[in-house]
Parts: sequence; C-alpha cells; structure tokens
Amino acid sequence: MTAPILQVKGVTKRYGGLTANNDISFDVAPQEILSVIGPNGAGKSTLFKQIAGFVTPTTGEVIYKGTKISGLPPHKVARMGVVRTFQETTIFKSMTVRENVIVSHHLRSKASLLGFFFGSSQAKADEAEFGKSADDIIDFLGLQAIRNETASNLPQGHLRALGMAIGLATQPEVILLDEPFAGMNHDETMRMVALVRRLRDERGLTVLLVEHDMPAVMKISDRIVCINFGEKIAEGTPAEIQANPRVIEAYLGSEDAAIGM
Amino acid sequence: MAPSRISTPRLLGVLAFLVGVFVLVPAFIALTGRWDFYYTLTSVALLSVAAAGVWLTFYIGRINIGQGAYALTGGYVSAILITQHGISFWLTLPLAGVFCAAVSVLIGLPILRLRGVYFAMVTLVLTEVARLTALALPITNGAKGITSIPLPGELSIFGLTIIPDFATLENPKLAFYLMAAVLMVVTYLVLWRIVNSRLGHLCRSLQQNEELSASIGVNTAMLRVLAYAISSFFGGLAGAIFVAISQSIYPSSFVVQDSVNFMLYCFLGGLGYVFGPMLGTLLLYFGWDLLSVAKEYQLLIYSGALIALMLVLPNGVLSLLDRKGGRK
Repeated sequence: MTAPILQVKGVTKRYGGLTANNDISFDVAPQEILSVIGPNGAGKSTLFKQIAGFVTPTTGEVIYKGTKISGLPPHKVARMGVVRTFQETTIFKSMTVRENVIVSHHLRSKASLLGFFFGSSQAKADEAEFGKSADDIIDFLGLQAIRNETASNLPQGHLRALGMAIGLATQPEVILLDEPFAGMNHDETMRMVALVRRLRDERGLTVLLVEHDMPAVMKISDRIVCINFGEKIAEGTPAEIQANPRVIEAYLGSEDAAIGM
Repeated sequence: MAPSRISTPRLLGVLAFLVGVFVLVPAFIALTGRWDFYYTLTSVALLSVAAAGVWLTFYIGRINIGQGAYALTGGYVSAILITQHGISFWLTLPLAGVFCAAVSVLIGLPILRLRGVYFAMVTLVLTEVARLTALALPITNGAKGITSIPLPGELSIFGLTIIPDFATLENPKLAFYLMAAVLMVVTYLVLWRIVNSRLGHLCRSLQQNEELSASIGVNTAMLRVLAYAISSFFGGLAGAIFVAISQSIYPSSFVVQDSVNFMLYCFLGGLGYVFGPMLGTLLLYFGWDLLSVAKEYQLLIYSGALIALMLVLPNGVLSLLDRKGGRK
C-alpha cells in the first residue's frame, strides 16, 4: 500500500458518559474508495464529523498528508483539501443550481473581500473563472438541464448530485460523502455508483463514504471499515467483510442477504 | 454585478430617485412652505441608515433587535468628543461609527454563535444595557444627558470650505436634510454593492446553511462578525447625526422601542430586497404620522395594519414587484 493520504489514529469521542467512537484507527490510501458501514447509531456520522472538523475528538487524531487536522475548524480543514458533503437537505435552498456551485468556489478566490467590494480586476478574474469552473462541474454531473433552477424545487436525485457539485467546487482531494445512495431506487443508485467512480477515475479524488445500501457499498468500495457500538469491528475488502463473522453478527437478524449479494 | 452591467431602466430609476431626493423634495417644500417636512424626512433618512444595518444582519440569518444600542453609543461618542474634547463633528462621525463597530466585534464574538430566537433575545437586551450604562457612567453625565451640543462646524480641506458652519446657515434644516440624504444614498450604495458582490453571496450562504457554508471553506465566525460590525457602524453613524440635529442626548434617546422599529422597517420593506428597509422606514414613519388624526385609536390602527401587511405580504412590500412577473 502506498503512503496513506488520510490516517485516523485512535479516535475516541465521548459525550458525557456516552462513548460515540472508541479508539478507531484506519488508513486511507490516495484515490481509494473507502466505505464506513455499521448499524444505525454505530457512530459513523460522529466519525465523519471528526474528520471534517465539525467535532473535535476527545482523544486521538486525524492526520492528513502528515499534518494533524483534527481540532481545526471546518473551514480550515476544507481549505486543506478534506471536504464533507451532506445529506440531500443540505444545500443553499433559495439559490439556483449554478449559484450554489459558484458560491462554493469560495476557497479558490484570490481577491480579498475588499477587492470584491470594489470590484478589483482580480475579483472579476475570479468571478469569471468560478463561472467557467461551475459550468464544467455542472456538465460533469449532467446537471445542464437544471442549471438555472432554484435548488428548493429540485427532486431528490438532483439534490444529491448538487450536494456533490458543491463539494467538488471546493476542489478537494478527499471528499466525504454522507449516505449518497439513501432513498434512491436501484437505477438511481447504479447511476450514482458510476458517478462516484468517475470522481475517483476522472478527477483523482479519494472518496470516503458512509452508507447503508449494502449492495451499492459492496459494488463500489475498494475497502470497507465496519463500526458497531462505536468500535471498529472489521476492516478489509468487500469479500473479506462479507465473510467476517463479527460483521454478520453486528447485522444479526438480517443474514447474508442483507449484507451482501 | 459589475457597474457596466447595470441596465438602463435601473440606472434611470436611480437617477429619478436622486433627482427626487435632492431636487424635487426641496423644491416642493420651498413652494408649500412646509418646512417641518424637513425634520420628518431627515429622520426617515437617518432611521433608514440604521435600518440598513439591521437588514444586513438579517441577511446573514440573524434577527437583530439591538440597533438602538449602537445608535445610542454612536450618539454619545460623538457628543462626548465634541463637548469634552472639542473635536469637529465631521471627525466624530466616522469615529462614532468605528467605535460602534469595535464594540460590536467584542459583543458579537460570543453572541453571534447563538441562532434564531436566542440571538434575538440577547440583542433585545443590548439596548437596555446601553441605556443603563449611559445612566451609570460619569462620562455620559447620567440622566441629565449631554445638552447644548454645538451645531456641526465648518469642514474644510486645505483651506477650501467643503461644508460651511451649520450655525452660520440661514436654514440648517435643509443642510441637515441634505447631509442625511447623502448619507442614506451612500449607505444604500455600499449595501447594494455588498449584496451584489461575492461578499453578499457568502452572506446568503450563511443565511441558508451555516454548516454547509463552513464546509465549503467559509470562515463563518469571521463573516458573521464582519457583517455585524458593518451593521453597527451604520447604527453609530445614524445615532451621531441624530444627536447633532437635536443638539442633545439622553440615555432614553434610543430605547427598545426604536430597536424594535428598526426591525419592523426591514420586515415591512422586505428582507430580500436591499432597498426594503428604506421603503419600510418611509412607509411606517409617515404612516404613523398620518394616523395621528385617529387620536387614541392611532396605535390600534397602526398595529392592526402592520399585522395585516405581514399576513398579506410576508416577504415585504417590495415583493409586490416580483408578483407581477408571476413568480412567488
């Protein structure tokens, strides 16, 4: 395995007496698609929040390219190249699709806020570049038809894609996808699986995702980390995870059919 | 939006507005002899400057019911600098604004972390805190306030008189009106520019979803404080000029009622429109005056009309413009 781009080292998060994450460690290789799975309440979201800087670990740390990022505020983590997307409800609702994507280019602006106020040449250059890049991303995700639609009017599938577009606009190296397949039918899921692959193949991203849809996870992931009751119980390729007795036990009652295919 | 992209009708609209404010209104008053209108219109202009600040805090998704505190602070800063340090009014004007902005940074850093009704409640208390502080501090002269503040003096650069001494003018009312109108125009230009530049887009992203805004790399804490500081700067400016007009200031010059009014001006005009607070101020201020014919029913009719307006036009009076286009 090449040098990891992201390392989670002994991350523990306690809320009072409740331990949401207990001593979780794993590495993520560059351009890998890694899924974090686990039953509801296992602590997947808490883990994601800690990687993206929304929550500071009680102990342990998150290392990105050799630098500790846990404990930094989210905008600094994003600036370094680790960006989290949210579930579909989290977009800028009263902006159009294109405005959503343009505003998300914030990290790349070279002009100062004062420059933007007075309309300096750098600010104009930035705006032009953002517009072009936003159009590229919209084309990449196949959102051309709804470019000027107000986000609050969009159906679920498009919202998910828009959330991804917002994430892409920040030009991340590692993108964290929060349940990208939730609430989708089989066809939509397969399209989304193909899209996530393209994020890696065409844009060179490293993808971390939290997901419940087991068939999709098995299909898309290079490796899987399984969490239960806040602890990592397994890590490995989809085949290894499917065969792991502890994973099967965690999903007890759902048998093989629910975990694999 | 770059200046080159301003459409012709919009430019004409702005020109018509400027002509109206600076030519038609003075001409009308000179013809009819209703000099008292100047005072009313000056008040509207200044209140709309303070309301512009409140509107900006609405724009980042915070309900601000504390602008009166900054108007009072700005007024006292100007009054104290003029009477106790002999500084020219024209210099105290920006100083009052900057002082308020600085205070708002200190206050804003902790309280801007609050959202929704919690932030609103804290700001509501601010005005009362400012009043009590003015009562208690020796420098503000307690309940007696500061009176007999001289009118604004001459403003000259390199011996060239730009603004004459107000005390030597035949008609200081007109001078105050022009000053307030200029300030209002500049304030709304600045506000319009902020909203239509990237800064405004970021503010909107903050209003709609702070978490997402942070995750696309916006320093949300900094942006919130920045918007709040600009808002308070406007409040301080307006307060300082009010003091110059009345030549006095008391702890009760700006009270909670004023803070609530600033918020109402924004609501009535429309939170989605830059010029909303200006229109809202004009309508509410004149509306209240016109209703004085109703005597003891004034407040009843006024508040009834307000409730009705908010029910019928929840997005403010300016949303009527959008309805024509068939949009919601």
